[in-house]
Amino acid sequence: MERIDIYPTHTYKEFKMRPGRPYPFGATPVPGGINFSVFSRHADYCVLVLFEKGQSKPFAEIPYRGMFTRPETGEPFWGDFRIGNVFSMVVFDLNYEDIEYGFRMGAAFPKSERGKPGYHRFDPGPILLDPYAKAIGGREIWGQMPDWNNVYAYRSRIVYDDFDWESDRPLEIPTEDLVVYEMHVRGFTRQRDSGVKHPGTFAGLREKIPYLKELGVNCIELMPIYEFDEFEGSHNHPETGELLVNYWGYSTVGFFAPKAGYAATGKARDGTMVADELMTLVKELHKNGIEVMLDVVFNHTAEGNEYGPTISFRGIDNVTYYMLTPEGYYFNFSGTGNTLNCNNPVVRGMVLDCLRYWASEYHIDGFRFDLAAILGRDQSGAPMSNPPLLEALAYDPVLAKCKLIAEAWDAGGLYQVGTFPAFGRWAEWNGKYRDTLRRWIKGDGGLAGELAQRLQGSPDLYASRGPTASINFVTCHDGFTLADLVAYNGKHNEANGENNNDGANDNNSWNCGWEGPTDDAEINALRHRQMKNAFALLMVSQGVPMMLMGDELGQTQHGNNNSYCHDTELSWLNWGLLHKNQDLFRFFKNCVAFRKAHPVFRNRWHLRNQDYVGSGYADISWHGVQAWNADWSESSRLVAFMLCGKHARGGTVEDNTIYVVTNAHWGGYEVELPGLPDGKQWHVFANTGANYPEDVWEPGAEPVLSDQSHLFVGARSVVILVGK
Amino acid sequence: MIEIIVETIQQVIVVKPAGEIDASSAAVVQQKVLPLSVPGCKIILDMSGVAYMSSAGLRMLLSVYRQISGNKGRIVLVGLSEELKDTMSMTGFLDFFTVHDLLEAGLQSFS
Repeated sequence: MERIDIYPTHTYKEFKMRPGRPYPFGATPVPGGINFSVFSRHADYCVLVLFEKGQSKPFAEIPYRGMFTRPETGEPFWGDFRIGNVFSMVVFDLNYEDIEYGFRMGAAFPKSERGKPGYHRFDPGPILLDPYAKAIGGREIWGQMPDWNNVYAYRSRIVYDDFDWESDRPLEIPTEDLVVYEMHVRGFTRQRDSGVKHPGTFAGLREKIPYLKELGVNCIELMPIYEFDEFEGSHNHPETGELLVNYWGYSTVGFFAPKAGYAATGKARDGTMVADELMTLVKELHKNGIEVMLDVVFNHTAEGNEYGPTISFRGIDNVTYYMLTPEGYYFNFSGTGNTLNCNNPVVRGMVLDCLRYWASEYHIDGFRFDLAAILGRDQSGAPMSNPPLLEALAYDPVLAKCKLIAEAWDAGGLYQVGTFPAFGRWAEWNGKYRDTLRRWIKGDGGLAGELAQRLQGSPDLYASRGPTASINFVTCHDGFTLADLVAYNGKHNEANGENNNDGANDNNSWNCGWEGPTDDAEINALRHRQMKNAFALLMVSQGVPMMLMGDELGQTQHGNNNSYCHDTELSWLNWGLLHKNQDLFRFFKNCVAFRKAHPVFRNRWHLRNQDYVGSGYADISWHGVQAWNADWSESSRLVAFMLCGKHARGGTVEDNTIYVVTNAHWGGYEVELPGLPDGKQWHVFANTGANYPEDVWEPGAEPVLSDQSHLFVGARSVVILVGK
Repeated sequence: MIEIIVETIQQVIVVKPAGEIDASSAAVVQQKVLPLSVPGCKIILDMSGVAYMSSAGLRMLLSVYRQISGNKGRIVLVGLSEELKDTMSMTGFLDFFTVHDLLEAGLQSFS
């Protein structure tokens, strides 16, 4: 049956319209037209501005309030398309593919000058991007120099939401079974040796799914893919002249739109096609058993501080969307100029709408929240004990099975690793895991006890939350790559053009005897060993391991630990290393497979350090140079543990018994092995002290150990044995 | 504007649109093809005259495919430019279709 609301009730110039629906916010195709709905609490008036795609001048400006005429009689009358604080109207006979839209908003408040404090920043001049725009035009070809004089730089577009997912749905892989690969969409395939047809795009990533499968990861975490502007803050390096850009993208222009410049189809300037490309990627990853997690940045926007551009939120309702000081300056808990007012009820609603949209429309499996501590601050910036946004996300019906991961600190000094308000849902990037592992591997003393906590999923931090609260990592996009962690004592960020003042100083790195590249074979061998040590320990730790794109190939950024501004070979994955460092790739791949083969590493709840199934062995037992006698002293640099296979997953499944010894000392040790039950023998899975190809074996093909009672563990080595 | 030629070759209906297929012209193509979708039909869509397809064009193809295969008919695409084939591949639409470069090969696939 035909709807009865598909007829216009108002005309304005040659356009026909009728009152719209406030929900959903944004632009929604409806029979015969498009519903445009936008919130502003403080705007007095709103004008819908329509462009033909890419045109410099709008073809229509339709007010939401004013004099209209009746379609039948032509009689003029007063109309107001607004319910509550939501402006909404349906405009008929628009071709959703061909238009771009925006708003002008105004109110009778005194205008705040650029650079000066102020509460309201209404300005009838700029055309405003819809905060709910599902696609955004203006930057659809990465790196193409924008027209700086464009009257409307970032343009809201419409997405037709009928993608054919067939039977696909989010995978819901148990959190404890994840192996996460943190990656940059463009950087993954941009380099010429990637061999893909569409380098640097969603489509290019899809071509490389077989590589991800071979490595064995089952979750990719994409660095920001919400629309951002790579030209934001772009400038030339004062000495080298290199164009520095916003390569990482931690600065959102629109929360509902995928970055068009990451789509090979972006050049078609068709928002629906960009969405199709990303959805096709997600669908294909799911078919291959790989989840997709998004790194989302809700702590600030691309509008910057008092001096920043008016793109959207600032001109729509500044006091609603941003945290402001009593004087009217922007709070800067994000370190980037402004702070999104996440615990304002309306903004909270937007964050929820956004994540539900990505979970339901794009089948996204989880989210990692950048500087998430900010999401727990109230509207004046004070940390709350029970933050409503975090609670709402944790209990949301649509997000109920999504992974929620917090970067549990912010740039305002709030550090919540171990104490992030979790509501039984939230996991955290475990910064303490990273620091402890790095320091242990380089040989710092006094860490044996703390290392034992980290290897067990940090029960000291997450006693009641279990090991799945701990996202374990040694490296991530922020900081050194793994290869640089073992090749540089200090950061080398000169290429960033800030006199090496940017980037972290507490890297806990060690160059193995020479700063940077060297021909010294011994140093290079040690570096390879140290990388393997780090990855081996990551893969045998309880909790959720996350690795950084390229570490499996020994990717270097030449000591740069903050490569956010380099859209160059410095950041792009160097596929040529796959050949050069095949020992590394093989080691990493086998370690991932080993973890996946052994549920004993993937417990949902903490180990109890006792035997509760009657196997004769505790679920985890600790050892040293002597079996059953761990050395927890300040000088200890050797720790060994044994996981009892009968205790795997709380004793619900049976696995092999695993023995791991990590020797961070510069000398080797003869260690005594704990005995196995009758009939079982120790087999070697990995020994980082051995040369390729005896450093690692394929899971299931481990050779038996010739001496079952003693083992030589080389200097700075990890050995992993499997008892079967 | 889009022009559409329909002819029957060796009991196969060959539909050849010429022009761009976007939100407005997609409906025209669809209206031309859907009446041809009868049980057991054999249809070739010759795309050699189509230089560009928007997302609405891609959707039209899929909906025509669904209609025809729902009728136990078969549809084959021929003459896709590399650019169109790429676009269809990246957006996931290509997987649904049997595709041949040349009309002759398409015709042969029915015999």
